[in-house]
Amino acid sequence: MLLRWGKNNIAFMVLFFVVVAIGIWIENQYYLQVLTFIGINSLLALGLNMLMGYAGQISLGHAAFYGLGAYTSAILSVHYNVNPWLALIGAVLTASLIAFIIGIPTLKLSGYYLGMGTLGFGMVVHVLFREWSTLTGGASGFVGIPPLELGPISFLSVRNYFYLVWLIMLANMVICRRLIDSRIGRALRSIHDSEHAAEAVGVDTANLKLMIFVFSAAMSAVAGFLYAHFVSFISPGSFTFLASVRMVTMVVIGGMASIWGALLGASLLTLLPEWLHAFADYEMVVYGAVLMIVMILLPQGLTRGLTEIYERSRK
Amino acid sequence: MQELLQYLFSGITNGAIYAVIAVGFSMLYSSTELINFAHGEFVMLGALTLVTLWGGLHLPLALAFILTVGIVSGAGFIFERFAVRTVKKPDHIVLVIITVGASIFLRGIGMLIWGKDAYSVPAFSGHQPLDICGATLLPQSIWIMAIVGIMVFGLYYFFSRTLTGKAMRACAISKRAAWITGIPTGKMVLLAFMMSTGMGGVAGAMIAPITMSSYDMGTILGLKGFCAAMLGGIGSLWGAVIGGFLLGIAEAMGVGLISSSLKDAIAFVLLLAILYVRPGGIVNARDVQRF
Repeated sequence: MLLRWGKNNIAFMVLFFVVVAIGIWIENQYYLQVLTFIGINSLLALGLNMLMGYAGQISLGHAAFYGLGAYTSAILSVHYNVNPWLALIGAVLTASLIAFIIGIPTLKLSGYYLGMGTLGFGMVVHVLFREWSTLTGGASGFVGIPPLELGPISFLSVRNYFYLVWLIMLANMVICRRLIDSRIGRALRSIHDSEHAAEAVGVDTANLKLMIFVFSAAMSAVAGFLYAHFVSFISPGSFTFLASVRMVTMVVIGGMASIWGALLGASLLTLLPEWLHAFADYEMVVYGAVLMIVMILLPQGLTRGLTEIYERSRK
Repeated sequence: MQELLQYLFSGITNGAIYAVIAVGFSMLYSSTELINFAHGEFVMLGALTLVTLWGGLHLPLALAFILTVGIVSGAGFIFERFAVRTVKKPDHIVLVIITVGASIFLRGIGMLIWGKDAYSVPAFSGHQPLDICGATLLPQSIWIMAIVGIMVFGLYYFFSRTLTGKAMRACAISKRAAWITGIPTGKMVLLAFMMSTGMGGVAGAMIAPITMSSYDMGTILGLKGFCAAMLGGIGSLWGAVIGGFLLGIAEAMGVGLISSSLKDAIAFVLLLAILYVRPGGIVNARDVQRF
């Protein structure tokens, strides 16, 4: 039974029970809130990791899809009185459609040019959030996004929201795992190693890159939806170039091409600013220094770096 | 017509600054294949150091300018030695994230030294604007263009005529081959870092009089410089210069003719359009490798 289940499924089960246990035992609202943010950020990092870690395509504009998810859902549910769950579908469809249209020309670029193309797209979308004020509320932000409800369960309580976010996160982890272990996943990794070689053995690289780009945009949009209905207030400042860079940092710090890396990277980058509040003015210096030191000491990312240290200590 | 000329002047001034920043990016890329996301922060260091040395300590301008550039390249030296050189497995993406960390670190340092205030210094020589065909040109703009001109031709001379410059170009083509022929590649990388950050310092010192300088000014300048470098084709000196001016002029025209709030969007739409048509930048059609 254990053998047939495999290590990954056991790990997913462990994570599931950890989530349930945390939900039961932790009473402190602040901790639950931070853990919810970790879940949302993990979802972002997971989506971007599929694109960066597995397909080897960089995106420096992924905060745009995060923002598109948040804003579409907010606009639909406030201006058009759409049920938030239907708005979620709208948000995912919008982000996917835009990713599809943008992806066709952009994914022809490679390396730093792809970084630049996605960065430019992210900037344009950010300007739209800021300037299209009749729809988005402009620079001062969008207020009054309704909380989520599902039948009798209200997600106004932080604990329920925490469960919701982490269940979605777990479901996505399972989906990603299945995807990576499938034929598509193997084809993706072949693109990462060499695009030409992948083409030579019959992988439709352009199509596959576009598909994974749309997939990761859709995941970011789900994260955006969760974020918008959690904090009930969004502003363009949350979806800037720096937010995109933060997502890339989560992926690399956690470990590229690793599902658990997304979780670790997102946890570190969400918790670090919380811990560093104590440093007051030195916060930024310490934050930057920690990023550099982690990358210098563990260039493979936390997941692989920590596994290596563990294996070395066992010998 | 006058208005157009006015927009053109302001575009060229901004473009010259973007060009210097872009050249810094491009230089470093061509010898290390690394994009330094902390480059904008070195521009910030340059601007604020000049504010302190010239505006605060009242050193003579020329001395303050040279000291500023020296201090900023010194910071580049420290950055290369302690952060970049020490990486065990220098993958591109790892180095990029280190520069992202460095940019946050330097912004923090800037905030600790200079606080959160914005500073300004007077122009290098007077504020009396020149009148050309009804459009005004600030003397500082002429200073900027002159410095940019000298720098670009100096660099061109350095890369095409001097032994060190040629050695650096050899490193850019193939580090291992350059090493075999006896070029100290490690030193070349260090030199490239110092020259690149020094150029950031020059850019910062030039713009201190025409903008408010504060610890967080670097991000957007670095971003624009990066854009300009990519627009022209990364790794090419002339590409960076062309990209810088193009971006500056496009932005100024966009502000003047369409809307100032859409300024960034206009510049980036132009950028996307150019990248789609020429995926390797304007000058450099060669495909660059992936991450």
